[in-house]
Amino acid sequence: MLEIENLSKIYRGGKVAVDKLNLDIKEGEFIAFIGTSGSGKTTALRMINRMVEPTSGKITLNGKDLTKMNAVTLRRSIGYVIQQIGLMPHMTIRDNITLVPHLLKWSKEKKDETARRLIELVNLPTSYLDYYPAQLSGGQQQRIGVLRALAANQDIILMDEPFGALDPITRDTLQDLIKDLQQRLNKTVIFVTHDMDEAIKLADRIAIMHEGKLVQFDTPDNILAAPANDFVKEFIGSHRLIQQKPNVKTVDEVMIKPISITIEKSLDEAIRLMVEKRVDTLFVTDGDHRLQGYLDVESFTGARKTKKSVSECYEKEIFYVKTGSKLQDSVRRILKRNLKNIPVVDEDHRLVGLITRANIVDIVYDTIWGDEEDVQEKKELILE
Amino acid sequence: MQDLSQLSTTEQFFYYMQANGWYVFGQFIDHFLISIYGVLLAAIVGIPLGILISKFGKLSGIVITLANIIQTIPALALMAILMLVLGLGKTTVVVTVFFYSLLPIIKNTYVGIKTINKSITDAGRGMGMTKWQVLYMVELPLSLSVIITGIRIALVIAIGITAIGAFIGAGGLGDIIIRGTNATDGTAIILAGALPTAFMAILADIILGFIERRLDPVKRQQKKTISAI
Repeated sequence: MLEIENLSKIYRGGKVAVDKLNLDIKEGEFIAFIGTSGSGKTTALRMINRMVEPTSGKITLNGKDLTKMNAVTLRRSIGYVIQQIGLMPHMTIRDNITLVPHLLKWSKEKKDETARRLIELVNLPTSYLDYYPAQLSGGQQQRIGVLRALAANQDIILMDEPFGALDPITRDTLQDLIKDLQQRLNKTVIFVTHDMDEAIKLADRIAIMHEGKLVQFDTPDNILAAPANDFVKEFIGSHRLIQQKPNVKTVDEVMIKPISITIEKSLDEAIRLMVEKRVDTLFVTDGDHRLQGYLDVESFTGARKTKKSVSECYEKEIFYVKTGSKLQDSVRRILKRNLKNIPVVDEDHRLVGLITRANIVDIVYDTIWGDEEDVQEKKELILE
Repeated sequence: MQDLSQLSTTEQFFYYMQANGWYVFGQFIDHFLISIYGVLLAAIVGIPLGILISKFGKLSGIVITLANIIQTIPALALMAILMLVLGLGKTTVVVTVFFYSLLPIIKNTYVGIKTINKSITDAGRGMGMTKWQVLYMVELPLSLSVIITGIRIALVIAIGITAIGAFIGAGGLGDIIIRGTNATDGTAIILAGALPTAFMAILADIILGFIERRLDPVKRQQKKTISAI
């Protein structure tokens, strides 16, 4: 869909920022450009929407040569999210979201409708539409920044370290959100980052850049399995190469059978079930086995006297992973969010399994004592 | 007829104002118009010039230095020089006010546009705004309050300069002040010219200060936040 051929940028004074870059990006792909600072990743990204004019080379989108298009028209058709967010401080959130539609002279009704539809996508209340950017937190502002890039149905979205200035938890939430949006709306996203975890988590393919050149362009698994050279190896970091071991596994291979209870049961039944199965958490499902939430010891304290049934006191906010997802992702979630465990659901949101911290210990055990080579590597790490 | 020399200065002042109220009012209006014309002309020239030099960095040094030099010439001297070309009267004073107002207006326009966060204009451009759209949708709205500050400073200076303009026959409240300095025991007459001048300067400052705050996007939002709570 998007082809980049021999793209170069040489700044005045002879500094080569991007050197003969060749990339072929398919529709609906999530591509991450990664590299150290000064590797030319941002320059490469900014040449796609002509914020930086290429010195030589060609970028074609569905056969059209972008370097010959009108730059303004081009930018209106490509979403753009920047690290500094860059919302217009004197415009309301509504006007900020519909900035590109405004430039394209959409009707007021269509713009309002778009703003309302979009703000719901990022879980913000519609009342925020009348606020000004300064009244929102950094994470909320960047959600609006992402929406602004989607508002005119752009197929390609460029993101220049969009979550670089956010705290780790907000960043994690926004990463999930953007990945979900990208898949749901089938957008092609080109993403610049210097955070390898972020790239592995989000990208379908990662383009590693170094001193203006493309060093490796492949899926995260392939890059981790076969780094092209020492630079890539060093860039990935030895700890990730070790982590890669359990990566080949999916959650399905290690998950255990969860203890669940249906929503209409009484609290007495729930406690009895917990005692009987020796567990401290019950997963609450509806009649169709779909995951609704969870019930743990903490939910009981205080609730016992006043409430009678499960439906009254279960926790609705729950983190889960889908079947088929990589084990590493769920491990990271458990550790980062400090969860005790994480349920696994299938395509229809039905509860099928559970990953607990004890499972993770098993995996780590397997990794370390599974074969001799790993033991050796681990020892080296400890020595370091 | 009362013996005026028996009255205190304050009483003399009110007596003068009572007798010549409409005359003072007329001079007040004249004075105000001369200042406003000069500042408006300076705004018409200065704002576009300020925008221009914020876009072409090399010009900014030259233009601001020139405006600075004008500012260092004493008002009376500048008027004398202009008088050689333009003759006596209001026009010369309007032109003098124009020259003095240029610096604050150009400088504030330049600074107002230059201090806008680069990421905001970058985002604007990245969204597909043309250069003109970046200017009138982003840069001007965001720097408007700073530009108004420049006009406010210019207007206060202009009111002072117009008072001196009476020396070259432009009229205005300066006329009354000069008459007071020429008269024996003319303190009350000087006050009758000076107090309205000061009053006008303060009023102009307050009104433009109010407009400025209304146009400041940040302050305006704070107000809205409070009302939202």
